[in-house]
Amino acid sequence: MQPVISINELTKTYAGGFQALKAVDLEINKGEIFGLLGPNGAGKTTLINIVCGIVTKTSGSVIIDGYDNEKDYRATRSRIGLVPQELPTETFETPYNVCRFSRGLFGKPPNPDHIEKVLKSLSLWDKKDEKMLMLSGGMKRRVLIAKALAHEPEVLFLDEPTAGVDVELRQDLWNVVRALRESGVTVILTTHYIEEAEQLADRVGVINRGEVILVEEKNKLMRELGKKELVLNLAERLDAIPPGFDGYRLELSEDGSELKYHYDTKGEHTGITALLGALHDAGIRFNDLNTSQSSLEEIFVELVNREA
Amino acid sequence: MNYYAIKAIYRTEMARMMRTVVQSIVAPVLSTSLYFVIFGAAIGSQINEIDGVSYGAFIVPGLIMLSIMTESISNSSFAIYFPKFSGTIFELLSAPVSFVEVLLGYVGAAATKSIIIGGIILSTASFFVDINIAHPAIMLLFLVLISVSFSLFGFILGVWADGWEKLTIVPILVIMPLTFLGGTFYSISMLPPAWQTVSLFNPIVYLISGFRWSFYENADVAIGLSLAMVFGFLATCLVVVWWVFKTGYKLRA
Repeated sequence: MQPVISINELTKTYAGGFQALKAVDLEINKGEIFGLLGPNGAGKTTLINIVCGIVTKTSGSVIIDGYDNEKDYRATRSRIGLVPQELPTETFETPYNVCRFSRGLFGKPPNPDHIEKVLKSLSLWDKKDEKMLMLSGGMKRRVLIAKALAHEPEVLFLDEPTAGVDVELRQDLWNVVRALRESGVTVILTTHYIEEAEQLADRVGVINRGEVILVEEKNKLMRELGKKELVLNLAERLDAIPPGFDGYRLELSEDGSELKYHYDTKGEHTGITALLGALHDAGIRFNDLNTSQSSLEEIFVELVNREA
Repeated sequence: MNYYAIKAIYRTEMARMMRTVVQSIVAPVLSTSLYFVIFGAAIGSQINEIDGVSYGAFIVPGLIMLSIMTESISNSSFAIYFPKFSGTIFELLSAPVSFVEVLLGYVGAAATKSIIIGGIILSTASFFVDINIAHPAIMLLFLVLISVSFSLFGFILGVWADGWEKLTIVPILVIMPLTFLGGTFYSISMLPPAWQTVSLFNPIVYLISGFRWSFYENADVAIGLSLAMVFGFLATCLVVVWWVFKTGYKLRA
């Protein structure tokens, strides 16, 4: 697949000496939804701001659709839309006017039909002439997305789009993001909510302390790093894990009624058959069993902690 | 060149001015009228003519300058400071525009407003005193150049300021004294010789003197020198703004 953004050896050291990015390499494919995950202060926003031209890089390069983002900044910036993390709004302006302004600022001729379409897709059309200060936080968030889409960008950055947004609006925004991808827009999403990446992203990148520590297809990542857990509800409580089971990674619950067995899905042999056989031989019976897979959130926490 | 961006910024800025029409236009007209009542009619009637011009008419060019300088600075400094303060500047920084478009939009709008205010004050003044303009073209040139360069200066101030205090302190502590001491209400020749020399270090003297020359053909300094000062000030501001955008000073981290 052809990358729409390619970031090479990108570093950023702020004036105070803080190194926010350390030689970041990253490629974003055309038309994908890319989830950029990382704890607070990991460098997510710095990375986005450099690509968009708000922050100047220290070294490295950012190529967007074949154009360098400093030398050919007009070409690159007109292709990008950015929805920032905070909610900065022009208090006394109306949603319609700010969208019209954004479109002009990004060098596109007026197109009332497009603005109407964008505002309607975000359920803002009936609020289009209200002053921004009258709008709720969720509405302001929508207006910022509408502004970013007003100039028909090929690449959309959503920096924590659902921070502080209620459940319903979150679902709405996810639908908007999916619809955008359908229309061919590449979406780069940063988020704290791993669930969001899990729901939306095609690929996931994890950034920690200014370094990209992992980029992987979401499904593959979950398959490879996702641990499975088998829980056995015992018919009779145990005081301790019986001898002879040392070879298995077993865990006994405090009250002795449950045995937990962890296994990797990528392993050739999960060991389940052998374990169940051994339990049978040892005369340990169970009433029920269930398996569960770790979520992206658990994977993420483990990755970040491993780095620390 | 991104013409749509210039239009978008200019239009938005002019709309902002129309929203605050009382503060933008009525206020300067009212304050100027008060100056005329106090200095022109009440005190001015006690003052002799200056170089053959009645005192009321003499202060007209100075008052117009006073207004367009302060208005230009406050308009453009606020126009760029407020987005910085509220955070909406991210959009401008991520837009496909160079400093040329940004300046034509913001400074163009601020200067337009100043020129309109200058025109309004001139017509207001004509109700109080007889005004004849000896060199209308030069008068217009000064009006435009000074509006543009002080709007540029305001833009720089707005970029530099990182708090409301800094934003207001420069106009009050620097520009206002220089303007009042720059011959708004008097001719430099009325001062003792030592103060005349000191006054020549005040750049505003050259601007007001040149502008007044275009009305009455009398000036404290040669008209050529005044024009050179205006162009010099304009060029200095342009270089500073160019540098601000090139280095991202206080705009880009």
